[in-house]
Amino acid sequence: MPTLVSHPEEVKLVSSRFGKGATDIDRYIELDGYQAARMAVEKGADWIIAEMKASSLRGRGGAGFPTGMKWSFVPKQSERPKYVLVNGDESEPGTCKDHLIFLHDPHTVIEGTIIAGLAIGAKTGFIYLRGEYRYLLTIMEKAIADAYAKGFLGKGIFGSQLDFDIISHTGAGAYEVGEESALMESLEGKRGIPRIKPPFPAVVGLYGGPTVINNAETIATVPHVLRMGGEAYAKIGSERNGGTRLFGVSGHVERPGVYELPMGYNLKKLIYEVAGGIRGGRQLKAVVPGGSSTPVLLPSEIDLGLDFDQVGKAGSMLGSGGVVVLDETVCMVEFALRTIKFYQHESCGWCIPCREGTDWLKKTLTRFHAGGGEARDIDNIRYLAENMLGKTFCPLGDAAAMPTIGFVKKFRQEFEDHLNGKPCPYAKKQALEPVLA
Amino acid sequence: MTATTATLFSPELAARLDKLVTLYPVRRSALVPMLLYAQDELGYLTDAAISEIAQRIGITELDVRNVLSYYSMLRTAPVGKYHVQVCTNISCMLRGGQELFEHCKNKLGVGHKQTTPDGVFSLEEVECIGACCWAPAVQVNYDFHDNLTPEAMDAVLDQYRKQAGK
Repeated sequence: MPTLVSHPEEVKLVSSRFGKGATDIDRYIELDGYQAARMAVEKGADWIIAEMKASSLRGRGGAGFPTGMKWSFVPKQSERPKYVLVNGDESEPGTCKDHLIFLHDPHTVIEGTIIAGLAIGAKTGFIYLRGEYRYLLTIMEKAIADAYAKGFLGKGIFGSQLDFDIISHTGAGAYEVGEESALMESLEGKRGIPRIKPPFPAVVGLYGGPTVINNAETIATVPHVLRMGGEAYAKIGSERNGGTRLFGVSGHVERPGVYELPMGYNLKKLIYEVAGGIRGGRQLKAVVPGGSSTPVLLPSEIDLGLDFDQVGKAGSMLGSGGVVVLDETVCMVEFALRTIKFYQHESCGWCIPCREGTDWLKKTLTRFHAGGGEARDIDNIRYLAENMLGKTFCPLGDAAAMPTIGFVKKFRQEFEDHLNGKPCPYAKKQALEPVLA
Repeated sequence: MTATTATLFSPELAARLDKLVTLYPVRRSALVPMLLYAQDELGYLTDAAISEIAQRIGITELDVRNVLSYYSMLRTAPVGKYHVQVCTNISCMLRGGQELFEHCKNKLGVGHKQTTPDGVFSLEEVECIGACCWAPAVQVNYDFHDNLTPEAMDAVLDQYRKQAGK
């Protein structure tokens, strides 16, 4: 069972029911559950969207698109049925927040899905979980059945004239399916290959109908926004970045875990105070701020507010909120290699720059790290990565290229240290460290 | 497919699959879950299972194979009774995932995607399984094991070995 952590600086909204038995529907109701959905049924779509816009909640999957605005793009009239699709394909290395939401608070996902459905006029919602999360799918299935039994789902939800159904769905192992158009393909029973945009899913999505796709954390936040009011929610965060975020701190810190903090919270404080600092009193070498696809930050760059705009200004991205902390024992070339190995494995092969680019990067970095590198490889690695940027249907190509460029740019010296036929000069140091707890 | 038609699957699974195709706006949406559930029962996707699933959905076997080859969890060959999946992706790597994978190789005497001769264990190095804050993490079939050390891993393996009665 994943360990739950706590820190006094946390502002617990999405995580407020973690560890409180809220998988039980009656307990969830006791803890103010389904109040927001009732309000939403009563007050209607325009009110929901106005509150969501006021909240300045931005998508927690990584792109940071304003949720209220996304919902408002869905046409009011549509010949084809509209759908809500919840993205629980959480697969970005460094990210395990949705894991906890499904485990501890499945009803909040259901409630958020109902609200999203009411906002856009959909009658069906899908909750897609990655295949590895089978035990969480079982929890989700039970929660959905309980919500049907209470009349919160199905015909005439909460005693109204409105109908809403939710279907939970499992994937079967594919990072790329976390990209929204590939997610729809997968749900339609196909290979998870991305679609070209436009048309955007809000207009032509699942089964050709207008579709809103939100990350599971975004959806789990929605009931909290409505209960406290959009403006009050916005005040918790920083400018244009409303509310709180589940930050998953992993790697070389004393107290790894998922912490819920206001948007804009200082990254240095998150690492050194909330997560207890670097393990064993070692020196910090680098931070990957928002999942493996976000460019690395140097220790000198981490006095930084964690919101989409501030991290963007610092040359990286807030991404999925998965903060990966690296201490002085890490070989950055090896880390770059492990990162690209992942993207090479996950590239679907549809777009040539991504398929070939990730493969060549993996080959080059493997040879380079083993001591067979040449000086020109360093620029070549960067050149390969730069030529993948923006040239693919989905952002997987960018997700592989951006961190690679960052590693070469910020740790060029470590690449140079690997030259002249030397095998990894950092390897011995790392192997001697007792890395395991 | 009606209940009277011959099926490879247990009555429970057959009933579940019968229902699954009716849940979605199109039958084909049931394909990926159906493949995974069939694999759970049979251990892997046999030719006969692929054929039955193609019929249930109403698509060709080729279509089914085309889809299943995309998903990393789906397989067309057997694995061990307990499939040990060690994550070595970045967060796990930083906390000893690679060493843990090496440890499992030595302990089980098999490599990546290999099965022990007694069929009890198979081993696989996998990509991120979503347990980064509790690294290093391993999944055995669908069960998560977090915060592992080589010693803790031994205890986990022993437990499964006992369950297998070996």
